[in-house]
Amino acid sequence: MSATARFTLTLAVALLSALSLPAMAQPKPAAPAAAQLQMAGSEIAFVTRQMGVPVEGRFGKFSAQIALDPKKPETGRVAFTIDTGSARFGSAETDAEVPKPVWLNVAKFPQASFQSTTIKALGGGRFEVAGQLSIKGSTQPVVVPVQLTQAGAASTATGSFTIKRLAFKVGEGEWADTSMVADEVQVRFKLALTGLGSL
Amino acid sequence: MPSTPRYTAPAIALHWLLALALFGMFGMGLYMTGLSMSPTRLKLYNWHKWAGVTVLVLSFLRLAWRLTHRPPAAPAMPAWQARAAHATHGALYGLFFAVPLAGWAYSSAAGFPVVWFGVLPLPDLVAPNRELAEAIKPVHKILAYTMAAIVLVHIAGALKHQLVDRDALLRRMWPGRA
Repeated sequence: MSATARFTLTLAVALLSALSLPAMAQPKPAAPAAAQLQMAGSEIAFVTRQMGVPVEGRFGKFSAQIALDPKKPETGRVAFTIDTGSARFGSAETDAEVPKPVWLNVAKFPQASFQSTTIKALGGGRFEVAGQLSIKGSTQPVVVPVQLTQAGAASTATGSFTIKRLAFKVGEGEWADTSMVADEVQVRFKLALTGLGSL
Repeated sequence: MPSTPRYTAPAIALHWLLALALFGMFGMGLYMTGLSMSPTRLKLYNWHKWAGVTVLVLSFLRLAWRLTHRPPAAPAMPAWQARAAHATHGALYGLFFAVPLAGWAYSSAAGFPVVWFGVLPLPDLVAPNRELAEAIKPVHKILAYTMAAIVLVHIAGALKHQLVDRDALLRRMWPGRA
């Protein structure tokens, strides 16, 4: 074999190895692909109780950053941002009341957020997402149960959990009276997702 | 003077109880709708709803009683007056149901289910719908004002019989012993 031929072979091998190296070297799992939240079919609603009367509201504007492989949920991360000014109720009167400083104080805190810390699979498409919920400048830990169902490329995550509004100073002064408005607020969500790996 | 035939005791009791309730409800409605949002306003609205459902229930009892018990004969009067009295009573009975039902429907449409005395959740009469709520709100109000106007006619008629005709008509419905 001539020197030139040997050189060419070495080069070819080197090039091939260089090309194939990244594919071969996979010591840690790739970051899960980001899933997209489809607003149509998604909702974040909540129910408060006023003198025993369930009053439902919903947020019209929110976004999510979801990087989760349902097969390896512990590597996943989920974050939500909710526009507090997008809360809508059954009546215009309530809509006008809730952005006020004693309630959500939308002017000062236009966004609420959730950031996951750990995600655990419970089996059967059920997950437990623990994280930090920030509303009106207060941050509290929450554990959110999630049920994931899939049909083709579409995934739907549903669940509900209860938070205490006073922990977030929602309803101050005369409205802190829980005999008028209960401390517990039930949060219910349904998230339509695409781009999520299969269960 | 022969003893005047009177309404039965339950009829008299329901008449005056509901008279009191309707006056209270009308005044409450006028007052609370002018308040700005506060726990007091929220409380009054809920009490108004509880009382409204109570009025509805009592009105059912009253109608059932009225349909099964003949009222005592009224003193003689011109036919048109008898007809007017009849029409007034008929309209009031209709409004005993229409006003609270419209209020209940408004509450349902506005996304506030009625929970009787804060304990018993009642079904929504209509699904929550903001446009519908805005449409029903004036209906409740107009019906309530109509009832108030007819109540005034009713009272004026009773006073006319008592003070002008002096025919003891009012004694038929007056509480206490004849």
